Amino acid sequence: MEKLKIEYIDTDILIAGGGTAGCYAALKLAGKTRQHIMIAEKANIKRSGCLAAGVNALNAYITKGRTPDFYVDYAEHDAEGIARGDLLLTMSERLNKCTAELEKLGLVILKNSDGSYAERGTRNIKINGENIKPILAAAVYKLPSVKVHNHMNIIDFIVKDNKIYGAAAIDVQKPVLYIIKASAVLCATGGTAGLYRPNNPGFSRHKMWYPPFNTGAGMAAGMRSGAEMTTLEMRFIALRCKDTIAPTGTIAQGVGAKQINSRNEIYETKYGLSTPNRLYGTVMENAAGNGPCFLRTAGISAEQEIDLKKAYLNMAPSQTLKWIEQGSPREQNVEIEGTEPYLVGGHAAAGFWISTERQTTIKGLFAAGDTAGGCPQKYVTGAIAEADIAAEAIIKYLDALSPAKKGIDYQGIAELYKEQEEHFFHTSLKQFLVQDLEEAMQKIMDEYAGGIKTGYKYNEAGLSIAKREIEKLSILSDELTAHDMHELTFIHELKDRLLICLFLIEHLKARKETRWHSFAENADYPDKDNAFEEYINSRLQNGQIKIICRPIIKRGSHYEHNYQ
Amino acid sequence: MSITINEEQCIGCGRCSEVCPGTLIEMTAQHKAAILYPRDCWGCASCLKECPVGAVRFFLGPDIGGRGAVMYTKRNGSITQWIITKPDGTQTVLETDSRAANKY
Ligand SMILES: Cc1cc2nc3c(=O)[nH]c(=O)nc-3n(C[C@H](O)[C@H](O)[C@H](O)COP(=O)(O)OP(=O)(O)OC[C@H]3O[C@@H](n4cnc5c(N)ncnc54)[C@H](O)[C@@H]3O)c2cc1C
Ligand code: SF4
Ligand code: SF4
Repeated sequence: MEKLKIEYIDTDILIAGGGTAGCYAALKLAGKTRQHIMIAEKANIKRSGCLAAGVNALNAYITKGRTPDFYVDYAEHDAEGIARGDLLLTMSERLNKCTAELEKLGLVILKNSDGSYAERGTRNIKINGENIKPILAAAVYKLPSVKVHNHMNIIDFIVKDNKIYGAAAIDVQKPVLYIIKASAVLCATGGTAGLYRPNNPGFSRHKMWYPPFNTGAGMAAGMRSGAEMTTLEMRFIALRCKDTIAPTGTIAQGVGAKQINSRNEIYETKYGLSTPNRLYGTVMENAAGNGPCFLRTAGISAEQEIDLKKAYLNMAPSQTLKWIEQGSPREQNVEIEGTEPYLVGGHAAAGFWISTERQTTIKGLFAAGDTAGGCPQKYVTGAIAEADIAAEAIIKYLDALSPAKKGIDYQGIAELYKEQEEHFFHTSLKQFLVQDLEEAMQKIMDEYAGGIKTGYKYNEAGLSIAKREIEKLSILSDELTAHDMHELTFIHELKDRLLICLFLIEHLKARKETRWHSFAENADYPDKDNAFEEYINSRLQNGQIKIICRPIIKRGSHYEHNYQ
Repeated sequence: MSITINEEQCIGCGRCSEVCPGTLIEMTAQHKAAILYPRDCWGCASCLKECPVGAVRFFLGPDIGGRGAVMYTKRNGSITQWIITKPDGTQTVLETDSRAANKY
């Protein structure tokens, strides 16, 4: 591979990432404006991102007799107060409306005999989530004002004077560099997987919970452009079925299976039932020599077993295959384990620091879904609600914008990117492949920044080593060699992850307390400290990561950025 | 966790290659699908559900308990049949219906 062809694309609104939030934003925008909309998706919107395999239930719904405040209470409590009340409330208010729209698009939702939705617990409803992504994609393809570009990988945002002007992208297959001119951009590239050494580092290294193809590209691009990030230190670690990393909630809630240790003791009640504590209990039981840990399924009925197998085919088919290959859940308990940590704004609160209207600190750059911070427990419907809010704000932003896309030298920018990208076709470093550096990064994070190896614990001394070593890998990564567009994409994924690791390390250092077990288990400061009842934010300034502490924003308030 | 393609069955329609969320499947010059990076497979099963002729075989890696069983799918309207064959030849067939919600 030698040269890249440059292609310019002109649009009004660019949606970076055609996943859950991205597809829904396109639907909403197309219904509200005649402006041109495009989706740039690194894979194919039919099956990309978190929804690829299907999902189990809608985890965020305001059930009968409850109010949005009930949901906000739950999410704030689970996050031990480090969540944005304004974001949670505005999201919660739209959850049911968005659910109804999903049903209209064709999502199958289980109903009671009176026609109401069948609930699971106090916040979930039961669906068939196998085809949720094809349903969204089909709706997008019906819109004449939306252009979908599949296999287009966003590598950077084009920003001048803290205002967005578009993005740069590469084709994942053909040697093309795209310069996308846009007046507003929605970042919807999802969260970040692959920072830490995974549960199965060998053949099945990508058998992880979060999609290994969500590599934090949008977040890293925002970081490079000086956008402010929040709460990266609240990592998300999932408690999952061992090996297949399939969800456990379906078994726990579906057949009422309890978490037990190998001495057959129910341990979940000992540690508390918040999301981090369910995981923490498992870590502690293992550390005490009481592992392995299980969900007690042995003895369930034949009917329950078949329903479980089918439910998993609709979202995590490897688990059903495992049961058939290795023994059914009726005969043996299902072993569970914690995954490696991820950064996921839809479960925990790591991501872009946004206004109540979902604008980032860069003017015209909006964020929704797993890439947006401050609003945990969003899940599918919350990501969609955020896309809905962002779509309205984008229209408002464009209405007030004049003149758009003026005073920017796209051609000059294109030449710079072309040079930057083609550099990787002629580099000097031949002894290491991208995946070698990726493994090295994951090992460093695992050992020194609270991975599986240390039971998710870290301390200042280890974090300093992690920082030093990740910095060295970052320098090496500039000289990696790409032979084709796939490899060039891999290099970008690695570089983005390395940058996110450096931000994450600063966040972990800055929160000198342990507020959430496992998610941020600081061994130097094992207790919660009220002095840290604040957001820890960060931003790149003169090449350095600067930590900014901000006071808690309560529900009912409206937060706007203070642009100077 | 990964897939293989049964080349004899593959009719070269390219659908698996289009939908893979990691763009891991390539169409060869002989118009057959081929997985480029077997270790990068997430195991989402999109490709096997997309294949009109059941040519994609899904299996668990040996590091996560795979002992040689393979799975493929057949679709008939809203019904998907999941056919699992173990190395000793025993077959299990499970059916899911896209019109039916999960019980759990
Ligand atoms: C395995 C799994 C199971 C889940 N199960 C449930 C469930 O049962 N119920 C529930 O409510 N929630 C569930 N969730 C959570 C929920 O699915 C997510 O929170 C939500 O879908 C996130 O939406 P998103 O749009 O932010 O991310 P995604 O839907 O992942 O979209 C991100 C998109 O960006 C694309 N992209 C990434 N990088 C680039 C780039 N550089 N250029 C262009 N495109 C890019 C990706 O390919 C992807 O299409 C689950 C999540 C996972 C991972
Ligand atoms: S199972 Fe999913 S990730 Fe693996 S090759 Fe098929 S489509 Fe791609
Ligand atoms: S979907 Fe099936 S038939 Fe079509 S290219 Fe892929 S393997 Fe071949």
